[in-house]
Amino acid sequence: MGSKTFKGGVHPFEGKELAKDQPIVEVLPKGDLVYPLSQHIGAPASPIVAVGDRVLKGQKIAEAGGFVSSPIYASASGTVKAIEPRRVATGDMVKSIVTDNDGTFEEAEYTPCEDVTSLTKDEIIAKVKEAGIVGMGGAGFPTHVKLSPKEPDKIEYIIANCAECEPYLTADYRRMIENPEELIGGMKIILQLFDHAKGILGIEDNKPDCIEKLTKLVENEPRIEVCPLQTKYPQGGERQLIYAVTKRAINSKMLPADAGCIVDNVETIIAVYNAVRFGHPLTNRVSTITGDAVAKPGNFLYNIGTNYAELVEAAGGFQTEPEKMISGGPMMGFAMFGLDVPTTKTSSSLLCLTKDEVSVTEPTACINCGRCVEACPELLVPSRLAKFGDNGLSAEFEAWHGLECVECGSCSFVCPAKKQLAQSIKTMKKQVLAAKRK
Amino acid sequence: MSDLYHVSSSPHVRSKDTTSRIMLYVIIGLLPTSLFGIYNFGLKALLLILVTIASCVVSEWVFDKIVHKKNTVPDFSAVVTGLLLALNLPVTLPWWEAVIGGVFAIVVVKCLFGGLGQNFMNPALGARCFLLIAFAADMTNFVTDTYTGPTPLAAMRNGEAVDTINMLIGRIPGTIGETSVIAILIGAIFMILMGVIDLRIPASYIVTFVVFMLLFSGRGFDGAYLTAQLCGGGLMLGAFFMATDYVTSPITPRGKIVFGICCGILTGLFRTFGANAEGVSFAIILSNLFVPMIEKYTVPLAFGKVREAKKQEGGK
Repeated sequence: MGSKTFKGGVHPFEGKELAKDQPIVEVLPKGDLVYPLSQHIGAPASPIVAVGDRVLKGQKIAEAGGFVSSPIYASASGTVKAIEPRRVATGDMVKSIVTDNDGTFEEAEYTPCEDVTSLTKDEIIAKVKEAGIVGMGGAGFPTHVKLSPKEPDKIEYIIANCAECEPYLTADYRRMIENPEELIGGMKIILQLFDHAKGILGIEDNKPDCIEKLTKLVENEPRIEVCPLQTKYPQGGERQLIYAVTKRAINSKMLPADAGCIVDNVETIIAVYNAVRFGHPLTNRVSTITGDAVAKPGNFLYNIGTNYAELVEAAGGFQTEPEKMISGGPMMGFAMFGLDVPTTKTSSSLLCLTKDEVSVTEPTACINCGRCVEACPELLVPSRLAKFGDNGLSAEFEAWHGLECVECGSCSFVCPAKKQLAQSIKTMKKQVLAAKRK
Repeated sequence: MSDLYHVSSSPHVRSKDTTSRIMLYVIIGLLPTSLFGIYNFGLKALLLILVTIASCVVSEWVFDKIVHKKNTVPDFSAVVTGLLLALNLPVTLPWWEAVIGGVFAIVVVKCLFGGLGQNFMNPALGARCFLLIAFAADMTNFVTDTYTGPTPLAAMRNGEAVDTINMLIGRIPGTIGETSVIAILIGAIFMILMGVIDLRIPASYIVTFVVFMLLFSGRGFDGAYLTAQLCGGGLMLGAFFMATDYVTSPITPRGKIVFGICCGILTGLFRTFGANAEGVSFAIILSNLFVPMIEKYTVPLAFGKVREAKKQEGGK
């Protein structure tokens, strides 16, 4: 009782104890920094520095390429070495600014704001936009766009996604334990934008210490509440979180704002606080480096643009040879082909597993057991959708609501036949959406 | 080998459930009633069970070999089919007829349609009905050393009284695995606790059947009669272990309930108006045939889609 939730979902092995009790450690980059110009949803940023320029930490090096876009800042001082396509974690080649690192971390000047309550709404949004803040949970949607809905008066809930429902990840947990004031400070700033909104911190009940701590901290905040959520994946999925907190259900054609909600994750809200209060642009973030292959799993505050290999080094290197590297959590993160790629604003964690249990398993026949149906938080029939997908039956795929899939992977997780249901559905979804755009 | 790591689509972790584990759970769930059957009917029952399972497993292995398919015996589904079929046979059945039943279940009902997951009707029940037609006399011979009378349902049909307590315990003539309601329920509770089956199909099946009998049996509310109807004729075995067969029941949540209702109505129809006193097997395999249609009309509405869908339907 007490904890709210949604229908469906799964309970994967949590694995959080690996890094849960490791305080956040700051890691300074040693090597070059690489800043891909596209680390958010929307138009790529356009460089405003040239090869040979000296840049300072916190200096803007690329301008937003449109309204739905975001500027990029250098996270260390040094000289621009190249502006060229570089391989990123997904395997794509993305045009990037490469700088060397002079090791001094000489910083640009920031303009702090002593009294944030005196700022107007437009000033706050301008500061968030200028700081280059995007959704740092993984999607990378520019935050200033999210904070500028068509009808701000209709926003009733600002939901802080403190669920951290992905197994293994503990970065948000550490943030809530170590920097709760910044989280609440950020929430208060966002609430300034929406006169009729309540701030809700949705936290899974496997983090009772966070629930307790934050409940105490918001005691005297009439507009902010803590909402304990049942521990279940994908509790932190946007639609599932909104439903758990407000009992309002949205589908793929709606935005959270249509249900009067705006959802931001912990890291993003803290970035908003730092940007508005101290004028800090987004140049660092906390991620969990974990998995059974890592010698000392932990949570690290690092400069965005740092090479992944340096982070693994900070976590004590490998104790066993990893077979699989995942950027993000094990349920929705993507597998990486190698470590020599830069971190970005959306690098929520690195999971290094000694054994890869997926790509070696041979799928067997579907026995129609319906476990995927029970697990699907979108109430779909994944086994059927996957079959339609594999056979290219787009009409049937749509009739069975395939486009509503949130790609959480719960279906593949529970499948006793070990079928790659989520993969088939995701692929078909892409094809159907592409055909619609034509 | 390059220094690249393994790459695959998310999710990157899997639950421990496997098809063979589920089949093992079903086998464990069937153990109480199998053991009771052996206790009730003697070692001949054990022999018949083993022969039927062997017949199923061997025919699957041979079929896979002949058509050059990967050996699917390790998924244990053939064992489940064999065991279920045996539990649906009278202990007096000649062993070679049981073997034919096993071959029919696996080769004709299952493998020829594409193997596990592709069969349109429950293999064990398909084979039982085949045997009922092919060897009608042998399949309805429930006379053993212990029991000489007709099955309770047949007896009731003739206007005789039956002992419902014995029906609950299972001290009655019938097929090997259908007689003891208590043993079947113990297995069913195990399956529900292990998450192998849920109550949608069995509950809607049984409730519909009771309602049907109340309305159309001509007996009105007759407690003893209803209890006997529920306990007899393999209804419990059918409702919990055969109607719930994944492959041949709908995957949609609402479809499961519709399917249960179908089974209930058909069983009631067969028992009340049919020539045969039982009818569970035919009711279930007939309902199996409705599954694609049931699914088509019970596609669940996606999360958050409720209002929109109604609007669309209204507009059309």
